[in-house]
Amino acid sequence: MSETRYTDQHEWVRLDGDSATIGITKFAAEQLGDVVYVELPAKGKAVKAGAEAAVVESVKAASEVYAPVSGEVTGANDALSAEPSKVNEDPEGAGWFFKLKLADAAEFSKLMDAAAYAEFTKGL
Amino acid sequence: MTVSTEILRRTPLYALHLELGGKIVPFAGYEMPVQYPAGILKEHLHTRAKAGLFDVSHMGQGFLSGDVGALERITPADVAGLKDGMQRYGLLLTPTGNIKDDFMFSRLVSEADLYLVVNAGGKETDFAYINDALKGVTKVTPRFDRALLALQGPAAEAVLARHAPDVAALTFMKVIRTTVAGAPAIVSRTGYTGEDGYEISVEGADAERVARTLLAEPEVLPIGLGARDSLRLEAGLCLYGHDIDDTINPAQAALLWSIGKRRKEAKDFPGAEKTMGGNPVKKLVGIRPEGRAPAREGAEIVADGRVIGRITSGGFGPSVNAPIAMGYVETVYAAAGTKLELMVRGQALPAQVAPMPFVPHTYKR
Repeated sequence: MSETRYTDQHEWVRLDGDSATIGITKFAAEQLGDVVYVELPAKGKAVKAGAEAAVVESVKAASEVYAPVSGEVTGANDALSAEPSKVNEDPEGAGWFFKLKLADAAEFSKLMDAAAYAEFTKGL
Repeated sequence: MTVSTEILRRTPLYALHLELGGKIVPFAGYEMPVQYPAGILKEHLHTRAKAGLFDVSHMGQGFLSGDVGALERITPADVAGLKDGMQRYGLLLTPTGNIKDDFMFSRLVSEADLYLVVNAGGKETDFAYINDALKGVTKVTPRFDRALLALQGPAAEAVLARHAPDVAALTFMKVIRTTVAGAPAIVSRTGYTGEDGYEISVEGADAERVARTLLAEPEVLPIGLGARDSLRLEAGLCLYGHDIDDTINPAQAALLWSIGKRRKEAKDFPGAEKTMGGNPVKKLVGIRPEGRAPAREGAEIVADGRVIGRITSGGFGPSVNAPIAMGYVETVYAAAGTKLELMVRGQALPAQVAPMPFVPHTYKR
């Protein structure tokens, strides 16, 4: 059973056991507009919660993607380099960015659940 | 929460932008649509495939009266030689010969006044500068109340001719007074996308009706500032405040073509000796990054292990389907094909100097 949580920087993280899949939210994808380039972290890289882990660029601008939780990168969605538009088409599915092995479960439970994130974006 | 003290203005089409789902952003003191629901990529590609309608009413329109030829004191363009019914691109120069703004000027058939269009950001200061520099000789009357629409793309002629049949006969840079959907208009065969197309100046009160008439045509989509920027960058056209400003002279900006032949020979404009004095120390060039990562404005340009310039406009070119940029490099590195590196997020991305435009112009000559 997987569970998805959200950050106030508009990343989502889906946890399956200790494997966390990370991407940007539908709200973020809509704000960014057409994504034309994604830079993903290398496998094996250790990332800290809140640190810059990836970059997403639309026609207009570049934005950082922060790691919602700490851990070691176990894989990245290489399909995005050929088809960055997947981020707009399916931001919370096929448009995922990278996976990591969760280091600290407490970091995950501190994040917003779907209802709290929906409430948060309503105020923006 | 940030509290803005700047009071933003709206064009006569503001309500229409909202109705069309435009995403509004502050730009040059105006609330303008950066994109509509179609998004920047589609808007860009649609303009090159069919036709796009742009609201450029934030730009500064005005009429210059009196001895209009005196404008040559502050522009190197050939004003005296401009024929009836023609528009021309010009640079407004500072007293030392740097670029204060770029602008379009038109001599309407059988009219004594010149019709001017300057950039939005400096329109008040530009007109004040002209009025001050040419006091007692010539004077600009601003018409910031007028609206300006651009209809750009291969279908522009077919679309506009349905509502103003005489525009079909215009070729690039020609300008007429006519009526569009019944509204009195100044129409020129010009634009800033590299495509064939028109710019249509109408009274503010007529703007929405004219815009709705054109948008009702099946070939036309509304286009925001985002695609306007990517279209002009692909077309290799400078954006004031980014690629050119008052620290740059016309030779550095590769804009010597905008200086009239007579003016080049007479060297009778501000900074003429310097501008016409051979190779400048730095020069604006087109740049193609080799990978997929765009290099944005401000990125350092490196060659032979040192910084030799900076990107002034950069992003993704939807029609080129690759990142593109322009920037200043030391002149020895300005030849097409020269290998460079662009510093993006601490990494050196391979790139090379490329000829501009990145997409061929399709003006109707």
